[in-house]
Amino acid sequence: MNRNLIIGLILSAIAILAALMSFIWTPFDHVAMNIPAKLQTPNLTHWFGTDHFGRDIFSMIMVGARTSIAVAFVAVGIGMGLGIPLGLWAAARKGSYIDELIMRANDLIFAFPSLVIAILITAIFGAGAVNAIIAIGIFNIPVFARVVRGAAMPIWEREFILAARVAGKNAARISVEHILPNVLNLLIVQATIQFSLGILAEAALSYVGLGAQPPTPSWGRMLADAQTLVSIAPHLALIPGFAIIITVMGLNLMGDGLRDYLNPRTRVART
Amino acid sequence: MKHFVSRLALASALSVAGFAAHAANTDITVAMQLEPPHLDPTSAAAGAIDSVLYSNVFEGLTRFMGDGSVVAGLAKSWDISDDGLVYTFILHDNVLFHDGSTMDAEDVQFSLNRARADDSTNAQKALFAGITDVSALDAATVVVTLDAPNGNFLFNLAWGDAIIVAPESIDGIKQAPIGTGAFKFANWVQGDKIELTRNDAYWGTPAVLENVTFKFISDPTAAFASVMAEDVDAFVGFPAPENLPQFEADPRFQVLVGSTEGETILSTNNKMPPFDNVKVREALAHAIDRQAIVDGAMFGYGTPIGTHFAPHNPAYVDLTGSSAYDPELAKKLLAEAGFADGFETTLHLPPPSYARRGGEIIAAQLAQVGIKVQITNVEWAQWLETVFRGKDFGLTIVSHTEPMDIGIYANPEYYFQYDNPAFQELMTNLNATTDPEARTALMGDAQRMISSDFVNGYLFQLAQLSVAKAGVQGLWTNAPTQATDLTAVSWAD
Amino acid sequence: MIRYTLKRFLSLCISLAVASLLIFFVIEIAPGDPASFMLGINAQPDTVATLRAELGLDIPKLERYLAWTQGMLTGDFGMSYTYRTPVSQMVADRLWVSLPLALFALALSTLIALPAGIYSAARRGQTGDIAVMSATQLGVAIPNFWFAMMLVLIFAIKLRWFAGGGFAGWDKGLGAVMWSLTLPAISLALPQAAILARVMRSALLDVMNEDFMRTARAKGLTTTQTLWKHGLRNALIPVLTIIGLQFSFLLAGGIIIEQVFYLPGLGRLVFQAISARDLIVVESVVMLLVFAVIVVNFAVDLAYAAVDPRLRART
Repeated sequence: MNRNLIIGLILSAIAILAALMSFIWTPFDHVAMNIPAKLQTPNLTHWFGTDHFGRDIFSMIMVGARTSIAVAFVAVGIGMGLGIPLGLWAAARKGSYIDELIMRANDLIFAFPSLVIAILITAIFGAGAVNAIIAIGIFNIPVFARVVRGAAMPIWEREFILAARVAGKNAARISVEHILPNVLNLLIVQATIQFSLGILAEAALSYVGLGAQPPTPSWGRMLADAQTLVSIAPHLALIPGFAIIITVMGLNLMGDGLRDYLNPRTRVART
Repeated sequence: MKHFVSRLALASALSVAGFAAHAANTDITVAMQLEPPHLDPTSAAAGAIDSVLYSNVFEGLTRFMGDGSVVAGLAKSWDISDDGLVYTFILHDNVLFHDGSTMDAEDVQFSLNRARADDSTNAQKALFAGITDVSALDAATVVVTLDAPNGNFLFNLAWGDAIIVAPESIDGIKQAPIGTGAFKFANWVQGDKIELTRNDAYWGTPAVLENVTFKFISDPTAAFASVMAEDVDAFVGFPAPENLPQFEADPRFQVLVGSTEGETILSTNNKMPPFDNVKVREALAHAIDRQAIVDGAMFGYGTPIGTHFAPHNPAYVDLTGSSAYDPELAKKLLAEAGFADGFETTLHLPPPSYARRGGEIIAAQLAQVGIKVQITNVEWAQWLETVFRGKDFGLTIVSHTEPMDIGIYANPEYYFQYDNPAFQELMTNLNATTDPEARTALMGDAQRMISSDFVNGYLFQLAQLSVAKAGVQGLWTNAPTQATDLTAVSWAD
Repeated sequence: MIRYTLKRFLSLCISLAVASLLIFFVIEIAPGDPASFMLGINAQPDTVATLRAELGLDIPKLERYLAWTQGMLTGDFGMSYTYRTPVSQMVADRLWVSLPLALFALALSTLIALPAGIYSAARRGQTGDIAVMSATQLGVAIPNFWFAMMLVLIFAIKLRWFAGGGFAGWDKGLGAVMWSLTLPAISLALPQAAILARVMRSALLDVMNEDFMRTARAKGLTTTQTLWKHGLRNALIPVLTIIGLQFSFLLAGGIIIEQVFYLPGLGRLVFQAISARDLIVVESVVMLLVFAVIVVNFAVDLAYAAVDPRLRART
């Protein structure tokens, strides 16, 4: 276990545990408004203070963790669910028109400015967590497709694959039974990175009002609400900002740590 | 001597501070949230166009003043026939357009006919619908004939959509407006600013200011930063009420809190169950705590209203008591209507913060009495499509900013679909009445009727919030119409 | 090489054509009518219909698509619905803000990242490396709009060194323009610098393990000399790719930053156009951004292939 992995796990765990705990318990009801108690700085009753409607920020952060994690998670799921099969297929049919088609489609999606398109999709088809997931998920597909294809291609040249083909297995079976397990490590690392990017993307979409809608709390929207109040109540902007930074950093560190841990060469080097 | 010395010191200090791009005394930079899409007030609804051009560049036969009164504009005087159908306007005779051509009765005829033409794209075409004929008797006399008496006619002519334009310059009006006002259009850097300069050939009292720059800053934080950093001299329609206390405490600035013609209401779809039941609508009214909404969404700025009428208007009747905050009564009424367990509905919220923030608060308040509200934040284009034209909504929050628009309740096709023949009759009467006392009485009846029918949830009158540097004088505090009238604005010495 | 170039060019044209189809038809599905948006709630149905006809909204979609694409080939992107000016002119005006911003951010990002990456690679495993790597981890995790908020709070509101935003205007000179773009460029540059530093470091480390590097060290060159003389040149290839990609990202990515600093750039134009359902502006700007990326990729591919013959063999 290396240092990056440990720190990463701890930081990511904070967010995940907060999200899970929010289903059972939060210090206050995160939607309960109490306008006379608005804009309190962190104190003993409200550990992170209150917002402009008097809602408890600590509770909102906990429930907001749910939103960020859920959106990023499902978006990664979409990316993997569609991207991995496409990448495997392209690698199996390397050089053919299928491979060319998939790679060109990939390049095409990469060419679109993801934030602009995400804003477009949510602005046109409606704001909300579901459309945010779709918008972010679409851009995850080419990432996984490309990574898988790149990793799978050299494996196809290996002898044990040749043996499998001689034994009569078709490309699909070989992809699933032999190629996939060997690229799994890479995929796990990539998934962690895409997860952290998904959290940032969700925050950006929520910030411009296109992510999860009220009353569902969202860290990005908390930042948007905090903007005009930042000079009178800086904690409103600082706290959700830190929540995002810690979670994203944790996931990135975990990704780096996993990459070193799972790679036999670097693992040996690190002992 | 002392006075002279201090003025000299001030002058030299100001010139030393020369990083400021403008000379302090005759130039001004005014910021506002929205940029006009183009510069023709007669072919779009965007209030931003009027905010820049009304009374500054363009003028009409009559004109709004800052206190809401309607005074003579390009028309020096007028005469109304006894049957109320013929209006004879005498125009001022030394009026020039900014391109040097004279403004005369033919231009008035052109403008009014253009507005009411079949192929007109005037956003307020209804204002001109009653006109049957416009004739130019001579260069300074215009005769307008109506098909029925209209007590609002002179008021209607003061609207930004009724300003006088010239046929010679009409083609380029969207990018190069030529009007008769105290300022001329100078330059438009799209996305950034619009510049006006003083019209030295103005027919009336010339403006004091020489150069005006309008800047467009829609983001509330950026708005705050721009004023604090003294990048702009004034911000009209300041979008972040939470920051006003900071400006009030700072001697560099003055805060102007006025009223607008904007009745902010919780529009209720009267034809959609369960809102077709007046008991349910009454329950809605009692479930809402107006003051909490004003405090939470507008940080205390805004006057609660009990009906669809502006409180600053002398004919206003205070009916807030009949829809006072009483959640227990609301629950009781819901139970009587058969909804003891409450019900679910949608709340569509357009972009302004009074809607977004107000909406969140109302959702929480309604939840207390068992009404579960699903919030949908929409852009204006979607709101127009779904709510306004499609009438596919339960509740929505919007501010109706046209002055004296209680008449919308007489239109059963209007998006909240209130259909009461008694009210429609009342409105027809009102439009035909010109006697001020009779009008006040009828307006009172109208207000009471829509209040007791609980047609919509009447929330508050939108406040006009402006911040300016302490030395700016003459800015309108109220907004009786969309305008940033700079004709009487100057810097204090 | 010629064959490769032609193949890639064909690919580029197909990509652009497909992109234009996707963009046009997806955006056209958008609910909401620009004409009713422009005329507001009091407008009568016949007025709205007249405006729709004036704007050409009643022409069938396919015809409008063909007119749009044909016009694009000559640089004519049509007329904006809301502003009634040629889209190409509006875009050109905005580019004078967005391009300098993107270039400025790119320059800042490169200036910070390359030395940091080199320093980190040279001191691999030691405190210096760890410090820089931790800083980049932080940099990558910070949302750039939050960072912008903090910058405005500290430098514009509290310290008043900078304006709260706004664009000085080219007529005020290069200095004023750069000053007004400083805070926005820093907010954009920070996460990019973090990414770039990491790429620089890892590219250098990869190269340092190559055989030819060991040969150089065996010949007696010090680590630093090896780095500079041999390592850097080879490591620069992936780094330059990333810089190229970042440029198109910065051009589009400024969309939120421009809102925060009220800069009259492409980003704000797109936002406003989306709100007003000015579809033709949205389609044209998105098409332009996609075009920029595809062309940059094309150029990078060609440069790679010119430098490394092995790449031309790849399909």
